[in-house]
Amino acid sequence: MEETAVKYTAKDFKSDQEVRWCPGCGDHAVLSSVQRALAEIGIPKEKIAFVSGIGCSSRFPYYMDTYGFHGIHGRASAIASGVKTANPDLSVWQITGDGDALAIGGNHFIHAVRRNVDLNILLFNNEIYGLTKGQFSPTSSKGLVTKTSPFGTVEEPFSVGELVIGAKGKFFARTIDANISLSTQIYTEAARHKGTSVVEILQNCVIFNDGIHDVVTAKEVRDDRTIILKHGQPMIFGKNNDKGLILEGLKLRVVKIGENGITEKDLIVHDATEPNPGIQYMLANMRYPEYPVALGIIRAVEGLTYDSSVHGQIEEVKKSARIKCVDDLLMSGSTWNVD
Amino acid sequence: MGRKADVIEREEVVIRFSGDSGDGMQLTGTLFSDTAALFGNDVSTFPDYPAEIRAPQGSVGGVSGFTVHLGHSEVNTPGDFSDVLVAMNPAAIRANAAWVKEGGTIIYDQDNFNDKNIEKAGYKSDPIKEENLESYNIIAAPISALVKEALKDYGLDPKTVLRTKNMFALGMVYWLFDRTLNYTEAFFDKKFHHKPNIAQANKVALRAGYYYAETIEALTPIYKILPAPIAKGTYRNINGNQSTAWGIIAAAEKAGLKVFIGSYPITPATGILEELAARKDLGVISFQAEDEIAGICTAIGASFAGKLAVTSTSGPGLALKSEAIGLAVMTELPLLIVDVQRGGPSTGLPTKTEQSDLLQALYGRNGECPVVVIAASTPTDCFNFAYDAARIALEHMTPVILLTDSYLANGTEPWRIPAMKELRDIKPRYANPQELPFIPYKRDEEKLARSWAIPGVPGLQHRIGGLEKNTLGNVSYVPENHEKMVRIRAEKVARVVNEIPDLEVHGAKEGKLLLVGWGGSYGFIITAVRELLAEGYDISFVNFNYINPLPGNVKQVFSKFKKIVVCELNMGQFADYLRMKHQEFSYDQINKIQGIPFTINDIKEKCIKMLEEK
Repeated sequence: MEETAVKYTAKDFKSDQEVRWCPGCGDHAVLSSVQRALAEIGIPKEKIAFVSGIGCSSRFPYYMDTYGFHGIHGRASAIASGVKTANPDLSVWQITGDGDALAIGGNHFIHAVRRNVDLNILLFNNEIYGLTKGQFSPTSSKGLVTKTSPFGTVEEPFSVGELVIGAKGKFFARTIDANISLSTQIYTEAARHKGTSVVEILQNCVIFNDGIHDVVTAKEVRDDRTIILKHGQPMIFGKNNDKGLILEGLKLRVVKIGENGITEKDLIVHDATEPNPGIQYMLANMRYPEYPVALGIIRAVEGLTYDSSVHGQIEEVKKSARIKCVDDLLMSGSTWNVD
Repeated sequence: MGRKADVIEREEVVIRFSGDSGDGMQLTGTLFSDTAALFGNDVSTFPDYPAEIRAPQGSVGGVSGFTVHLGHSEVNTPGDFSDVLVAMNPAAIRANAAWVKEGGTIIYDQDNFNDKNIEKAGYKSDPIKEENLESYNIIAAPISALVKEALKDYGLDPKTVLRTKNMFALGMVYWLFDRTLNYTEAFFDKKFHHKPNIAQANKVALRAGYYYAETIEALTPIYKILPAPIAKGTYRNINGNQSTAWGIIAAAEKAGLKVFIGSYPITPATGILEELAARKDLGVISFQAEDEIAGICTAIGASFAGKLAVTSTSGPGLALKSEAIGLAVMTELPLLIVDVQRGGPSTGLPTKTEQSDLLQALYGRNGECPVVVIAASTPTDCFNFAYDAARIALEHMTPVILLTDSYLANGTEPWRIPAMKELRDIKPRYANPQELPFIPYKRDEEKLARSWAIPGVPGLQHRIGGLEKNTLGNVSYVPENHEKMVRIRAEKVARVVNEIPDLEVHGAKEGKLLLVGWGGSYGFIITAVRELLAEGYDISFVNFNYINPLPGNVKQVFSKFKKIVVCELNMGQFADYLRMKHQEFSYDQINKIQGIPFTINDIKEKCIKMLEEK
């Protein structure tokens, strides 16, 4: 992808379509953060394609003044993989939700991640099916009462980060819909990362699952219940910056700086670029109340991308190829003449 | 015994190689047909193998066969009954006894006719006696013992030695048909150039078989088939999957595009994906997807991004792709879907042939969802129809389904190689970046096709998707708009009729009986019709390659016949389609649903009966 930086403002990415998400929906903030991030990155907008599946978030491409493709349920990863592999010069963004990416589209999602197609996947996780009006999703907490689980669900939810790392993912980040500055920063990094970047957005469905993330994301508690990871920096969090994470044996543990002789030096320093996902895996899986929920870029490891490898192989084969055009092909191998 | 060898000059001969699925019968048959084609015979072949890679050894279910039909004149089918059967074990006799011409030649490996194998094939003692084949020309050769003897000084392990049995048998057949060994020997030198001892072993076995047949010549007639008088040009052998793949690549080159294939392996369509994956030299992008749905969805993404996008599959895979075909219909993107039909429903008969996906291809989707449907008729015309299917997709901005079948996919025949300059132009409908704003569903008046705006082009940013749109490309739930768009999409496909050739009648243009065929059963029907015409019967034949839309002259052709008989390998899907599209006629049917093609006799007998009816 060539980055001939063009000067844009967020407004330049707004399409002429009226945004139709419910008032108060977290999607509005995501749209705004993405538009800011794109203005910052400066890729010419004709080189950007937004691809989505089905669900509330999947209306996203209509609101972007870029190329856009609103696909069918679950298949956004496959369509986006096709777009990117066909033309690696494009910046390809996949907009998807917990149902779209992890239920009906679970297979395509893990395989896109495994191949490391250079996509930016924004996964809006509201732990519910919104467009079909309130059924449980693969990320709904066990026991959640919904229209299709009137007595509570009996199944274990997926953890997005665990799934991404399990599928050999090289980039995983988490943000909160309403945190525009953190989100903008993460989307920018996701776009710059070469390979599949998965960003889990803790997104609020104001109608069917309102406040599901509040326990960690509400203004009054979020400093103590989340940690924003920064590469190369010690893992500190809390309203007073007095809590941290240490590695104790094979487990992470929350500590208070100043208690039991703990100083900042004892805390783990975040390394998002470490290929061994061990600690990143634990970070991605941290749950409240035992731990703060990790935000920021949890894993960002360099690796060959699928699309560049495919085209690299084609160029390599072409160098020494004897067949240069279809006429050569048709006449190759054993042929005979009839006079 | 002691009889001098007869030399029989024949117009055509059918030979069948048959043995365990591990006996190398497919290779043996292929080498024989290549040699025959190089000699100048017209050839048609049909491999017939079990779905299991290695079915239980010696069992009838594990029999793998390869039929070669070679002729002095045009050959259109692999033939019904064999003149020569090569049987590597008793099960091969069991599977093929009924398909050998009376008095035909049967060569078998007598060493493999031991009690165990005889019992496995369901015989008590002597398969030849039990099948009443004693009056046939039987050649019992101790093939296993003879290859062991021939290769005893080559220091090979017994398994490797016995693997050359098929080449011994092939050597015998070459002698029978008076063919040289050069081509096959060169093949081994090339294939095993890193393993010269294996190449040598195969060559020794081949020659040993050839000389053995010569030594016992008293027992066998020699078949001589002179070269076929065929059109001038450069020829090659090609099967249907390969020619389909090449037709796609040719269309892309003509259109100035690259091919993108998104597919998932499935019998019998995998050969198309394999062939395209091998063509990196021509810039083909191949994407082996995680499933059938991803196959078509990556292709749709690639079409959006400006490639000649293709997905290949067979019946069960087409079923999985149906929702995505709807997406391509809605977004009006060019897309080629190749369905290599096999026996269904469900997993059905994966390696066998059938024409039973027709209605699925026409109608198997939600909503009013028309696509162009084209069917190829011979292994070589798969090239032409793949090419034309791609052309229509690109010029009319529509998905096109190309139907071939297992028989076409695996069957080979000689092909006169066309030059690219002989092929029709293909002009994709690119949007003009000077004409702004870009209106996604603005159409050209003649074809009703929209324009293709490729990401990367400044100013043409637009959004498409599966939701109903208005002309501007915005989501629309307006009732009248939906009806208008549904009708336009149907009319767009219907107008393809203006560019497809009229039906051609074989035989008289009017008469008592018109046989109607479509797609892959062509070769069998045309052969039957030619024979019936030569025998003086009043019969004609039309073959359909364009299924949706149908050619424009159907009514005109049909109205000249008293009886119309639709002949297809299913329960009558095309007949039903014609009943709907052309209700003014009544239709009789000839059907076969056995996973195997028609025989010429099947068709002839039924036609004669119908002609004799009042």
